[in-house]
Amino acid sequence: MRQETRDGVLDVVAIRSDFPILEREVHGKRLVYLDNAATSQKPRQVIDALVRYYETYNANIHRAVHALGEEATAAYEEAREKVARFIGAPSSESVIFTRNTTEAINLVAYAWGRANVGEGDEIILTQMEHHSNLIPWQQLAAEKGATIRYIEITPEGTLELGNLSALFSPRTKLLAMPHVSNSLGTINPAEEIVAEASKRGVTTLVDGAQAMPHMPVDVQAVGADFYAFSAHKMLGPTGVGVLYARRELLEEMAPFLGGGEMILKVTFEGATWNDLPWKFEAGTPNIADVIAFGSAIDYLDALGMDNVRRHEIEVTTYALERLRALDDVTLYGPDDPEQRGGVVSFNFGDLHPHDVGTILDRHGVAIRAGHHCTQPLMRCLGVTGTARASFYIYNTQEEVDALIEGLKAARDFFN
Amino acid sequence: MSSEEYRRQESELDELYRDIIIDHYRNPRHRGHLTAPSASHEGLNPLCGDEVTVEVVVDGGTLAEIAYSGSGCSISQSAASMMTEAVAGKSVAETRRLIGDFTAMMRGEESVDAEALGDLEAMSGVRKFPVRIKCATLAWHTLAEALEEASAD
Ligand SMILES: Cc1ncc(COP(=O)(O)O)c(C=O)c1O
Repeated sequence: MRQETRDGVLDVVAIRSDFPILEREVHGKRLVYLDNAATSQKPRQVIDALVRYYETYNANIHRAVHALGEEATAAYEEAREKVARFIGAPSSESVIFTRNTTEAINLVAYAWGRANVGEGDEIILTQMEHHSNLIPWQQLAAEKGATIRYIEITPEGTLELGNLSALFSPRTKLLAMPHVSNSLGTINPAEEIVAEASKRGVTTLVDGAQAMPHMPVDVQAVGADFYAFSAHKMLGPTGVGVLYARRELLEEMAPFLGGGEMILKVTFEGATWNDLPWKFEAGTPNIADVIAFGSAIDYLDALGMDNVRRHEIEVTTYALERLRALDDVTLYGPDDPEQRGGVVSFNFGDLHPHDVGTILDRHGVAIRAGHHCTQPLMRCLGVTGTARASFYIYNTQEEVDALIEGLKAARDFFN
Repeated sequence: MSSEEYRRQESELDELYRDIIIDHYRNPRHRGHLTAPSASHEGLNPLCGDEVTVEVVVDGGTLAEIAYSGSGCSISQSAASMMTEAVAGKSVAETRRLIGDFTAMMRGEESVDAEALGDLEAMSGVRKFPVRIKCATLAWHTLAEALEEASAD
């Protein structure tokens, strides 16, 4: 990779040249991609890793005696090592590959939840959950007769922690929360909340889908028992998620899916489970995409996550300033860019977010419009949806300007 | 972008947001609630979060009264308003035919009787914006459900 940071500042021109898709036009305009919270774009290094795998060493892993199988197995397990190092896991045995964040959370809800949550037990969530950290727990609670309690949000879009201790009871079994809100951008004090739960013996899960791609995260410092995130939001391919879990919990848990790869010995009477982490990776995994995810991690590592974070604060600060200057914009989430990830949710005059999204699209600007898979949160905010611009390493102030120009055009169009 | 390309895009946007659509969005007709509906149905577009509730009074095979309420983008709400205007006072049979014609038009079927659709033809511009088609058809599917409920009673 060329030099893509200088004195801790991202060289955005060099970075952009690594992303072929940023060259393309949409409706005759240069693409301005501001939907990174949904999924990020992929650098050539990641795309090349996929092609290299399929062109030179495609083989199934953990079961071949031939050279290709050995190479593929080594590359797959090397990716796991990279992930473990990147997130600060004590060992790669704590890193389980899934399809995405959603599957990682469901794995916990089934393999841990079904065994540990019973009738009358309680689960604590927040009012800003993505549906993928809400529905699995609602399903579990309905099946077991358990109750869910919610940490409320303040008018500023942060978690109301004043009465946190009152939410715990002797029946609380799990606390699950997002590290960073995908709708508001709020960075939640995960370490503090997890510590409150842990000291009461409550198991914890942190949904890191919007945190891991955008800031330095050390899962051991966060302290959660489970931490989930998706590769596709951090330069990696779709189809790969990660569940980090404390080893002791994984050892106690029964497998989630049964089949090949996850067993040690099988007879007609039964089976014994494979060692960690393979016990939780039944069947042929997503080999190519996991390996390419390793290249995404290399890319982010070379940039430095502190630098990534600083760049996003800069772009977000500029975006907030320019949006505030349009007098009919309503912004959601914390005012202070230091307290939020690179996500800016807003409404514009009396225009519906979809109408805004359609006009922006015609200007080449891709944003998200709607409820962002957080319908209960939208209800708390008293809106049906918002427009959301979300930034990443390749976004520039000029792209924020394009967003603002598009918004002005939308206003003119409807007036 | 060439000026020709620019004009093409602007005209696609003008096709999507025809004046009559914007007018219904700004000045909705039949928006509100009926005092004694014979049926009421809530339609949701999970992708966008558009919500439309349609209430009807069916009397002797006629759609005597209709109202809608809800929230969503300009397309979903103006589609509901235009629909209520088109079907109020029509027979249930005619209304069902119109539902069929409108949804067929939105699917891009050629055989549709454009004349029978009248003003509703203005919605055809939405077809160039595939993700918005569901916004335009939401009220109509909801009306179909409400009529089912009314006839079941
Ligand atoms: C906070 C949060 N949690 C979970 C998810 C779900 O991620 P995935 O769709 O990759 O499972 C997302 C992304 O959409 C998210 O933003």
